[in-house]
Amino acid sequence: MSLIEVRDLRRTYTMGDETVTALAGVSLDIAQGEFVAVMGPSGSGKSTFMNLVGCLDKPNGGAYRLAGEEVSSLSADALAGVRSRRIGFVFQQFNLLERTDAVGNVALPMIYASADRKERRRKAEAALARVGLADRMGHTPLQLSGGQQQRVAIARALVNDPKILLADEPTGALDSRTSLDIMALFQQLNHEGMTVLVVTHEQDVADFASRVVRFRDGKVISDKTQTPRDAVAALQQLAREQEAAA
Amino acid sequence: MKLSDSLGSAFEALRAHKLRSILTMLGIVIGVAAVIATVSIGGGAREEVVGRIKSLGANLIIVLPGNITSGGVRLGTGQSATLNDDDAKAIEKEVAQVQVAAPTMRGGAQVVFGGTNWGTSIFGVENNFFEAREWDIETGRLFSGEENLRGGQVALLGLTVKNQLFGEDDPIGQTIRVKNVPFEVIGVMARKGQSAQGQDQDDSVFLPLQSARQRVIGSSRAKNRSIGSMLIKVREGEDMTEAEAEIKSLLRQRHRLREGDEDDFTLRNLTDILSTVEASARVLSIGLSAVAAVSLLVGGIGIMNIMLVSVTERTREIGVRMAVGATPKDVMGQFLIEATTLALIGGVAGIVLGGILSLIVSRFAGWPLYVDITAIVLAVVVSGLIGILSGFYPAWRASRLDPVEALRSA
Repeated sequence: MSLIEVRDLRRTYTMGDETVTALAGVSLDIAQGEFVAVMGPSGSGKSTFMNLVGCLDKPNGGAYRLAGEEVSSLSADALAGVRSRRIGFVFQQFNLLERTDAVGNVALPMIYASADRKERRRKAEAALARVGLADRMGHTPLQLSGGQQQRVAIARALVNDPKILLADEPTGALDSRTSLDIMALFQQLNHEGMTVLVVTHEQDVADFASRVVRFRDGKVISDKTQTPRDAVAALQQLAREQEAAA
Repeated sequence: MKLSDSLGSAFEALRAHKLRSILTMLGIVIGVAAVIATVSIGGGAREEVVGRIKSLGANLIIVLPGNITSGGVRLGTGQSATLNDDDAKAIEKEVAQVQVAAPTMRGGAQVVFGGTNWGTSIFGVENNFFEAREWDIETGRLFSGEENLRGGQVALLGLTVKNQLFGEDDPIGQTIRVKNVPFEVIGVMARKGQSAQGQDQDDSVFLPLQSARQRVIGSSRAKNRSIGSMLIKVREGEDMTEAEAEIKSLLRQRHRLREGDEDDFTLRNLTDILSTVEASARVLSIGLSAVAAVSLLVGGIGIMNIMLVSVTERTREIGVRMAVGATPKDVMGQFLIEATTLALIGGVAGIVLGGILSLIVSRFAGWPLYVDITAIVLAVVVSGLIGILSGFYPAWRASRLDPVEALRSA
């Protein structure tokens, strides 16, 4: 059984008199432990697909089973529950609460999962340690670099032990070195068994995935598995190049 | 989401915009402070007035002679001699509601004891005066039957007079002179304090009515046995208005006044004074209540306005919270609690401010500080309700946001 089973998924928007088709029938299976990059130009439907997979949005047609559960027709409350238990989001703009420290930000999802204060703190600290920020627990986002902020956001996505990590242009706001850092972290998490789905329009980012799905005009135009580039090796290579340049 | 977590995030959000939160609360603060001050000042003033009137003796009617027209000259109240002992006796006997009708005279004189003297009020009274005033004797005795009826050269001292003339010494058995007439001190009255007009009621000397009239303060009145005024105590539970009407008609009959003639006496009811005070206090509290109501309304609108702004500003935050698992109910609860917290803090601040205001006013006016727990509880409940009502729409709007749209917002 696949973790994600999408069948003929459709999503249209009504704008005035016009009906815009964002997703025109997509079928896809993603298994537990895959690292998938979803690519496509803007307007291709890749963001809509990601929103539907993330249970942030509801399709107009088709079926979507997440870990065996049909979720395409759930209520808003039930969808919130699915997001809370099964899905971790990572955004391009990090989307951290500015006045809350790293531990508080990471603990946020557990508030809605009704975990008690002690457990929240323990799990938040564990998640921060997992992304390499054990020494930045009490820092607020403004005291952290972009890469560190994105790590906090990844820790937040991990803290409820989701089935899948959904990242929307996770390196879009980062420089190339920090981007490699983040991709290395995704690869590490993937090796530990986490299913990762990254939406991107950058080939450089997609190279680190083991499978690339391309969208155009609301449809899947290609779906290929590949040998991923090793992000740690890429980092070492970048360091050597910078050394040589200096 | 647990309530404690909601409260925590509410406080955090309010702290993030301190000045804005304080300004938003201001309407509620002023409204609640106005309510608390109104209730407290009104209550304090009322307690003060009631206390003073009670110190005069409850259920009292004062009858004053006067309002007589002779040869086109209208004499003012209290200046003529239209009331006498027999009027008092008749009222006490014939009006069922009356417990005591005490004829009294009042004048001023120097009182001399040995080498000291003291200017004070001289009252000519019978023992029933003390009954009407609910005034106890501290030491000594009241007038004897004979002294009460025919007069005698004995005197009862108010506490102030006793202190001025005798200090710590025992005055009983000593002889004082009033207008050169010797009187033996037979007793000292208990402390009575200030009157409604602010006079020291203990600064008085009481002589038997007959003696005072004939020998000290009423020489012109001796012949016709007229009196200065009459103090009437109505029995507990009787209707004051009815009693007054009975007294009026009896006096008119005794004075042979025809229909259409003006009264040659005046009735004053102490509860009239009380109700006058209460009426003016009511006008004041209606005014302040209107201010309070408008202020609370404006305060509620202010909270709603700021919460709407806050929802718009924090659309992205709402999106993030939804993405990590907040249900629409969680989001609604968060903003409702924020609005309610804002209003409640405003309410508590208003109670404190109102309390300080009432404390200042009561200090200046010399009133007792009046604390009404009902008003305080009500203020808290009302501000909480305002918070819920004004937060409801913004919170509902926040909960209805589409997570995708919310995350996309700047």
